[in-house]
Amino acid sequence: MVTLQTMDTIFYEAQRQGRISFYVTTIGEEAINIASAAAVTSDDFVFPQYREPGVLIWRGFTPQEFASQCFGNRADYGKGRQMPIHYGSNKHKYFTVSSTIATQIPQAVGAAYSLKMDKKDACVVTYFGDGGTSEGDFHAGLNFAAVTEAPVIFICRNNGWAISTPTSDQFRSDGIAVRGQAYGVRSIRVDGNDALAMYSAVHTARKMAVNEHRPILIEAVTYRVGHHSTSDDSTKYRPADEIEWWRMARDPVTRFRKWIESNGWWSGEAETQLRSSIRSQLLLAIQMAEKVEKPPVKELFTDVYDDLPSNLREQEKLLRETISRHPQDYPADVPH
Amino acid sequence: MAAIFQGVGAAAALSSTPSNSFNSKKLLFSPRRSFSVRKGASVVVVRSDGNVNLDLNPRGRRAQQLIANAVATKADSSAASSSSKPGHELLLFEALREGLEEEMERDPCVCVMGEDVGHYGGSYKVTKGLATKFGDLRVLDTPIAENSFTGMGIGAAMTGLRPVVEGMNMGFLLLAFNQISNNCGMLHYTSGGQFTIPIVIRGPGGVGRQLGAEHSQRLESYFQSIPGIQMVACSTPYNAKGLMKAAIRSENPVILFEHVLLYNLKERIPDEDYICNLEEAEMVRPGEHVTILTYSRMRYHVMQAAKTLVNKGYDPEVIDIRSLKPFDLYTIGNSVKKTHRVLIVEECMRTGGIGASLTAAINENFLDYLDAPIMCLSSQDVPTPYAGTLEEWTVVQPAQIVTAVEQLCQ
Repeated sequence: MVTLQTMDTIFYEAQRQGRISFYVTTIGEEAINIASAAAVTSDDFVFPQYREPGVLIWRGFTPQEFASQCFGNRADYGKGRQMPIHYGSNKHKYFTVSSTIATQIPQAVGAAYSLKMDKKDACVVTYFGDGGTSEGDFHAGLNFAAVTEAPVIFICRNNGWAISTPTSDQFRSDGIAVRGQAYGVRSIRVDGNDALAMYSAVHTARKMAVNEHRPILIEAVTYRVGHHSTSDDSTKYRPADEIEWWRMARDPVTRFRKWIESNGWWSGEAETQLRSSIRSQLLLAIQMAEKVEKPPVKELFTDVYDDLPSNLREQEKLLRETISRHPQDYPADVPH
Repeated sequence: MAAIFQGVGAAAALSSTPSNSFNSKKLLFSPRRSFSVRKGASVVVVRSDGNVNLDLNPRGRRAQQLIANAVATKADSSAASSSSKPGHELLLFEALREGLEEEMERDPCVCVMGEDVGHYGGSYKVTKGLATKFGDLRVLDTPIAENSFTGMGIGAAMTGLRPVVEGMNMGFLLLAFNQISNNCGMLHYTSGGQFTIPIVIRGPGGVGRQLGAEHSQRLESYFQSIPGIQMVACSTPYNAKGLMKAAIRSENPVILFEHVLLYNLKERIPDEDYICNLEEAEMVRPGEHVTILTYSRMRYHVMQAAKTLVNKGYDPEVIDIRSLKPFDLYTIGNSVKKTHRVLIVEECMRTGGIGASLTAAINENFLDYLDAPIMCLSSQDVPTPYAGTLEEWTVVQPAQIVTAVEQLCQ
């Protein structure tokens, strides 16, 4: 959680400094990210929305790998094709973030169906926000999961805001948990800022999902302390003191720290040490990622299909010809 | 690999019926399912058994003309066909099912999902019997949410299954556009090649017989722009089975367009395992005077017109383009270089259809070989009306094709 918080602070600053083009913070939702990741195994598939990099941190994604994706350089697994924070890693079973809202929900059901057919001892976890539950895909996805008895854990990060739309304008139902019940999915509402509660809920949900082949819906109530993204200034639509209160008084990381400190497993010095160590790692990661060259021009055309078809080969040729004729108009850090 | 048919000229087929080709005479008087027969204006009745009746005389006198090669037949000169087993006859929807069934037997990862595909067997019976054979999990009946079961198919494909998603009617897949465009076509690319989506999306489309505007959509024109997908259209039992199998085996997402009116076409197909190349066009009838490019149901209207044209002394080359994305510009180009005149006959609407893109592609690549501007016959930019007579006139008819060729060859 500390890593996530620190990463968010540093990368957000990097965006403000113009070093990366875009960033999305997870401030206030660290407990949901980390606790849920800890409660599932590395065999379980993760279909994220975009505010769950903590799950990747838990699974071992390094600061370098994060930075590479944000800078879209040659080391990026996505080969520079997606916006920053659209992480994806098949070796971590973390499916590439797609900007579209809630589309991952039916996909998660499909993946769970695939696991069920292969009789694997694993489940799928998918995340979405309160806003995502208004999308048709949410409703049909839950319905499908119930009907196909798919082992999926649906985690809704009810953080109160969909960009500038508060939940009072998003739905009039009693939160999200009732919706799951309506589809025949066992649902539970959890304090998303309580790391232990989150862990406990997800852990039990996983057991139920895998052993009983059923979907579970977890509504994790929290607050989006940060802005929606670096393109947003949330003080425009919500009071600054409300944000401050949630940031200070209801911070999930502080809450967990107090608990482990009270048990004698942690101390102020350990905290300081951890934070400064992570900070320097992240700063180094950014510095290095900045210098790595971008993916070469050919990666513009690969992976559209499994092989390069003739029309794309032609288009690549045309592009290369244009580049060689007007080299001054093309960026210098993109190899040919 | 793919066998390219050499359609034998109409006159030749009538005089010498090859032993292993489709024997139209036998089926003349035993239609399986006749489509509506109308008196009055010039009517084309494409009978389900592949025979075509052309009513030239508005007063109802009918000239029975057998178009043995409207359904592509195997070239009797091919040594392979004469030495192999004679094959078996079946209808197009059965051919699709056979292809699907064989692939499901061959690879346990292949599964089917869609509305009423299970015990109901699918609205056009393409999946009939599969649920009983492979189980409810492999032939999954989904609730009515196209975007979501397409999304489900994409998620399953990314985790190792090879789903075949059926749209009950292609038009319903407009609801799945988000998943198809933003995810199916994109995720292989945006994930840096980490996740593949070997999905097949198939279903019947096109203008049927009074199905109404919403059920007469030509989705190929809407989907053709999506990067990352391939599109093919089947038109005969042979290529239906071959394309189905090739699509399932492909690592790319493939959309297979079937046509509502072609499901009952009958043909004799080989017993042995075969696939059709997804990117290849099919030479239906070689010729010298004009290249007619078409696909799906319009192939039959074109072959109908070809009969008339041959009688009038023209020699049209008919190519079923089959691969709608990408176009087989190699086959098409060779034909253009030979005939120097191109007529495109499609069922899409004029604006933004496959024909529009094909015209642009040919102009771009083969302008020097053209003696005349490309002509494109398409449906008008109107929703398909329900009234039978109106509906008929939104679809390109053989008479229009004949006129177009005459104009082109002046």
